[in-house]
Amino acid sequence: MSGGYTGWVLRVNVTDRTSTREPLDPVMARDYIGGRGFVQKILFDEVPVGADPLGPDNKVVCAPGPLSGVFMPASGKIQFGALSPATGIMGDANMGGHFSAEVKYAGYDVIIIEGMSEQPCVVVVDDDKVSVIDGSSYWGKGSSQAELMIKRDLGEDFQVAVIGPAGENMVAFACIGHDYGRQAGRCGIGAVLGSKKVKAIAVRGTKSLPLANPEAVWRKGQEMFNSCFSKPGFKEWTPQGTPGVTPWVNEVGAFPTKNFWTTHFEGHEEIGGEALLERIWLTDKGCFCCPTPCGKYAHTRVGEKDAFVEGPEYETVALIGGNCMLGTIEEVAYANYLCDELGLDTISGGNVVAFALECAEKGIVTREQVGMELRWGDIKSFEYLARAIAYREGIGDILARGARAAAQAFGGGSEKFAIQVKGLEWSGYEARWAPAMMLAYMTADIGAHHNRAWAITYDVAKGREEIQGKAAKVIELQRIRPAFDLLGACRLQWVEIGFEFENYPEMFEAVTGRKLTQKELFDATDRVWNLTRTRAFLERPGFGRAMDYPPARFYEEPVPTGPAKGKMLTKEQLDYMLDDYYAQRGWDSNGKPTVETLEGLGLHDCVEKLTAAGLM
Amino acid sequence: MRLAADNRLCSGCRVCQLACSMQVLGENNPKKSLLRIEGHFPQPGAYEVHFCNQCGECAAVCPVDAIPMIDGAYRVDETKCISCMACVEACPRGVMMVHPRAEIPSKCILCGACVCMCPKGAIYDADTGEGGR
Repeated sequence: MSGGYTGWVLRVNVTDRTSTREPLDPVMARDYIGGRGFVQKILFDEVPVGADPLGPDNKVVCAPGPLSGVFMPASGKIQFGALSPATGIMGDANMGGHFSAEVKYAGYDVIIIEGMSEQPCVVVVDDDKVSVIDGSSYWGKGSSQAELMIKRDLGEDFQVAVIGPAGENMVAFACIGHDYGRQAGRCGIGAVLGSKKVKAIAVRGTKSLPLANPEAVWRKGQEMFNSCFSKPGFKEWTPQGTPGVTPWVNEVGAFPTKNFWTTHFEGHEEIGGEALLERIWLTDKGCFCCPTPCGKYAHTRVGEKDAFVEGPEYETVALIGGNCMLGTIEEVAYANYLCDELGLDTISGGNVVAFALECAEKGIVTREQVGMELRWGDIKSFEYLARAIAYREGIGDILARGARAAAQAFGGGSEKFAIQVKGLEWSGYEARWAPAMMLAYMTADIGAHHNRAWAITYDVAKGREEIQGKAAKVIELQRIRPAFDLLGACRLQWVEIGFEFENYPEMFEAVTGRKLTQKELFDATDRVWNLTRTRAFLERPGFGRAMDYPPARFYEEPVPTGPAKGKMLTKEQLDYMLDDYYAQRGWDSNGKPTVETLEGLGLHDCVEKLTAAGLM
Repeated sequence: MRLAADNRLCSGCRVCQLACSMQVLGENNPKKSLLRIEGHFPQPGAYEVHFCNQCGECAAVCPVDAIPMIDGAYRVDETKCISCMACVEACPRGVMMVHPRAEIPSKCILCGACVCMCPKGAIYDADTGEGGR
């Protein structure tokens, strides 16, 4: 490897506050490329099966990719992963901002945090100098407040990843915050940091990133930027960013509304991109090298209260807005601010609050249990529940375990409307009239997340009643989109403004000196996909097909209102798509990878471990 | 060419800094960039572009005349510089740069890479107004 990689893995043990620098394994780099590939491979090899996600054997692995920090559009994504306290299987979350590039400039391809600190601490990486310092003064503080304090103490030029009180209190959907408003939101990785009493990771890097062919990178980078600048979407999509899609999602009847009861929110214009831009926007806030910043920094006022907050982005608009029925952009932004400061993922947070609101409406939980009268569309109800969850007070202690676990605790048929797959709450696209999108949520390796395959546009374009051919499209997307997670770049230019994927392998060669075909890249994503799937079978007794279904609401209740009124997928239709999907993935009818599939990807250790566990 | 910036357009993406280090040094390292982006967060929520306007204060204080004006830009003559850092102290905009591993300061040579690559048109040519997107 002559460029792109720094060649070093940093391992920090917070138990004894030591660190070591290890050479990057070139075979891992060849087969797993970087980013999420490294995260999942290291977790697979190093975290023992059956480890407590919040115990000493779990690790937090974070990795930029070989293209992170490179002169090209949006080269600022980093992946965090751990055994997830939300799902009990391998989880990961990605984040933009400037942390990824900084880790590369500090000289690392991977940072592994292991052990358990007795006292609150901060991991400080200052180029080659690594230390674990006392974090007591930051413990208990909100995310942006702690970030501000840490930067004042260490230096403005540090990049900081930080948890809020929810992470400290090990809420199953606690996120990691960064740059006053970016988050690695999903799978509760923030809770794993909290279990280790790691309040933050602060990084400063001053080194130049090695490049195989600097002239080619400079040339190709300019070409890529200029190509982005020339796309119509560069000027049309960027001003509103991701919330700009809100009207469309409502028009096609896919907008999560009232805990996914229905799919169209009356008055969605009040919480979408236009309202954001006109009423609360202060400045665009770009991640590292991003030509089309989706970050919209805002100032919101709700009654006597006001807050500075990045966002809301679309997912927050959907899950806090429509799903909890908050009716104004000001309220959604304020709820967004609360979640960010408390350190709650807005996707899962919006889901869990909406689940609690529906439980209260149906009398499954009583006013006495909750401690107040909960109402849809009520910012006070949202704030009350968000705080109760983050500090694990009263009913919040149960909700803090996530919608699936809360439904098990509450009973009363509530599991039917605990909107999750594999324990991870559903993100912003309701899919009763979008079969490919439904299958994408069912099969995403970490649980119900859209970032592996955003297939709803395909449903709308190719036929929403049609279930044939949807598995093939979902798998195609599950190869392309995760490729960005391996490379360490953002996918939004490709998704939103039509920037061509072919640019990335070409840039990869200029950066690393290694010729990488599209097929080799997709094979690497398949390797990660089958590795995480194998680990799920090893990790959870009885894992398999049963874990790939959506909640019963989605195959028993037709959509009651709006453009998708009357639409629903039957269990038989879901089974057809699952069978089709498993067959094309090379998995058996229980969704387990076959020996041939694993061997074909070089995953011999997966075969060995499944055999040793009596699963093959 | 003279640089100018509209802070309201800056999104803090730092493409300008990376373009600068790539063009001037052939290195992929924003910490070696010859301009700075300062974020003011969480409040009031704004970015500030710190760039060289070729005011000449650095040249005026240099005791060995190591910062001559060439083609409209003051440039550090590395063969003459004695690393006294007087120019760094004197620079009113804080853009005489000293990288942690460098012994002599460096400064903007008006190559225009930042203007060409800024996605927002936040940095532009004050003489022509060009650079806006």
